[in-house]
Amino acid sequence: MPAFLARIDKPVLAAFGCIILLLLVGSLYSSSFLSPEYLLQQLQVASFLGLIATGMMLVVLLGQIDLSVPWVVTVGGMMSTAAAGWGPLGEALAIPFGITCGMIMGLISGFGVAYLRVPSMIFTLGMNAVAQGLMVLRTGGFAPQDHSTETMHFLATGRSILNIPNALFVWIAVGAATIFLLGRTTFGRTVYAIGNKERAAYLSGLPTQRVIMLAFMASGGLSAFAGVLLAGYSTKAYQSMGDPYLLPAVAAVVLGGTNILGGRGSYIGTIAGVILITLLQSILSVMQIYEAGRQLIYGAVIISMLLVYGRQKKAS
Amino acid sequence: MGDFRYWLAENKGTLLAVAVFVIMFGIYAGNHSAGFSGMVVTTAANKGVLLALVAMAQTLVVLTAGIDLSVGMVFVLANCLASQLVVGDALETTFGVVVVLLAGVLCGALNGIIVIYGRLQPIVTTLATGAMFYGIALWLRPIPGGDVNSDLADALTEQLPGGIPTSLVVLLGIVLVVWVPLRRSEIGRAIYAIGSSEPAAYMSGVNIDRARLTAYVVSGLLSACGGLMLTFITYSGEASATIGGSYTLNSIAAVVIGGVSLFGGAGSAIGAIFGAFVLRTIGDLLFVFDFDPLWQPLFQGVILLGAVTLGSLRLLNVKNRLDLFG
Repeated sequence: MPAFLARIDKPVLAAFGCIILLLLVGSLYSSSFLSPEYLLQQLQVASFLGLIATGMMLVVLLGQIDLSVPWVVTVGGMMSTAAAGWGPLGEALAIPFGITCGMIMGLISGFGVAYLRVPSMIFTLGMNAVAQGLMVLRTGGFAPQDHSTETMHFLATGRSILNIPNALFVWIAVGAATIFLLGRTTFGRTVYAIGNKERAAYLSGLPTQRVIMLAFMASGGLSAFAGVLLAGYSTKAYQSMGDPYLLPAVAAVVLGGTNILGGRGSYIGTIAGVILITLLQSILSVMQIYEAGRQLIYGAVIISMLLVYGRQKKAS
Repeated sequence: MGDFRYWLAENKGTLLAVAVFVIMFGIYAGNHSAGFSGMVVTTAANKGVLLALVAMAQTLVVLTAGIDLSVGMVFVLANCLASQLVVGDALETTFGVVVVLLAGVLCGALNGIIVIYGRLQPIVTTLATGAMFYGIALWLRPIPGGDVNSDLADALTEQLPGGIPTSLVVLLGIVLVVWVPLRRSEIGRAIYAIGSSEPAAYMSGVNIDRARLTAYVVSGLLSACGGLMLTFITYSGEASATIGGSYTLNSIAAVVIGGVSLFGGAGSAIGAIFGAFVLRTIGDLLFVFDFDPLWQPLFQGVILLGAVTLGSLRLLNVKNRLDLFG
């Protein structure tokens, strides 16, 4: 086996294998499945999930989980479109404002998990409820401005260079930054160290609590960023726009070979996981299976893929 | 005396939940415009019992140091199934009830088998099986509707001659038939042992797989009981991801408020039941005090965050900073 292949985890190889398999199955069904146009379109849709999965991966690497994704995505979408209603300045700052709101949500989650030591599962669920409450409060009773700006629309649906979707460029930029962050910075190495054993990382003098808080902040910001793009994609923000993204994000990270208990995983794997999930969803909808069947097959496929290669080492 | 102190320490969480509930319900009943009437109590009890059953289901899995994100979906699935099957004469109705409960057992068994023999993490497994259960529910009932045997439904959701809500009696019955025997059995002790320390339980010769599978199966059964009760209360079935999601979320919140440790091995289903009642009473209190309904979701979220943060008061007692990092 070539050296570079041996370096890649088996789960990552398996994930890429599954992608090729899905493409083959799809192409049997319809020849347009392998056309560049279709593939680019899939990558564009995958970019939204890609951003969320990036944040989720950071958190999962710590051995935590972020269940506040659904409503933080909505916060991103709604707050950016809200800012767009405040005149020209608001329109210019719409995207950073949406992301900042998500980062604040993430920061609070991170504080709860890192400093108050509340299990992330329950604290982020609580943050999800709070975010939902805030958004209900904002939309309820009157119809706020919810249309996205030109820039958001351009980022989410436009194609500038070589007919490649702009959303994909966004994901590539964020992905490259994450690969650098995880592999080449103290922050990234600390994330892995905490995921392996927080006690040991702390005793080695690493600022574990600060890193955990920042990782959650990044996850919140990325979820909100995805919400901003989604609002641009559908030209408006709406309640529960983030609901369909929690399970796919966790599934993409785990299918990509990241250990759900933390400490192990590569970003390449997450990319594979995101593309895999997007293709799976796309094939299920192309086959015109009813929503009921789609959910059923979707869950079953994720379980079976995990059974094939995501199993833990035998304990005790 | 020593026994009593030990018992108190173990049941601190449960007792706290009971106390909070009694105080809150007192305020609620005292301030309700219609007074402390039978209807008020019955409505409140019905809502509370639904969540209490799902919270009990969650408790069993959480005691093994796992988490079940599919309880809400099993609840919805049972609701949809019951709205199809629990109709007709006595025989058909009985058959329907049995099938619904059996479906819950199967859902729980599926979760358990994947977690135990497939060695996948409970959180990922139940997130994915939850999607599957929701798919089945949607297939059974694409549009809300259906029917239920109304004689049985009324019998179980109205009140007894003394003004006691029947649903509370049903809940008590389920606790006495399912929880108490389980808690006192060898398997029940094994469930607590696994949650406290799996390696230690293994070394002591505890049959880990059997206990854990039982926890998941009984969890599925209890969620299905909840779904059945929902059908009796609403007379219809609805495959709603929102309902499922909110019951899953609230079951975890109820478990935490009820003093069950998310790290496993400590707490009881009784605590979770009162945790569920506390959560439901919060909503009712907001209603009684004419709180703007728009503020309710936010308020509930903040209370949930506050409740789980209370647990971090223990940090003030930590003598060795290393104990922070489990």
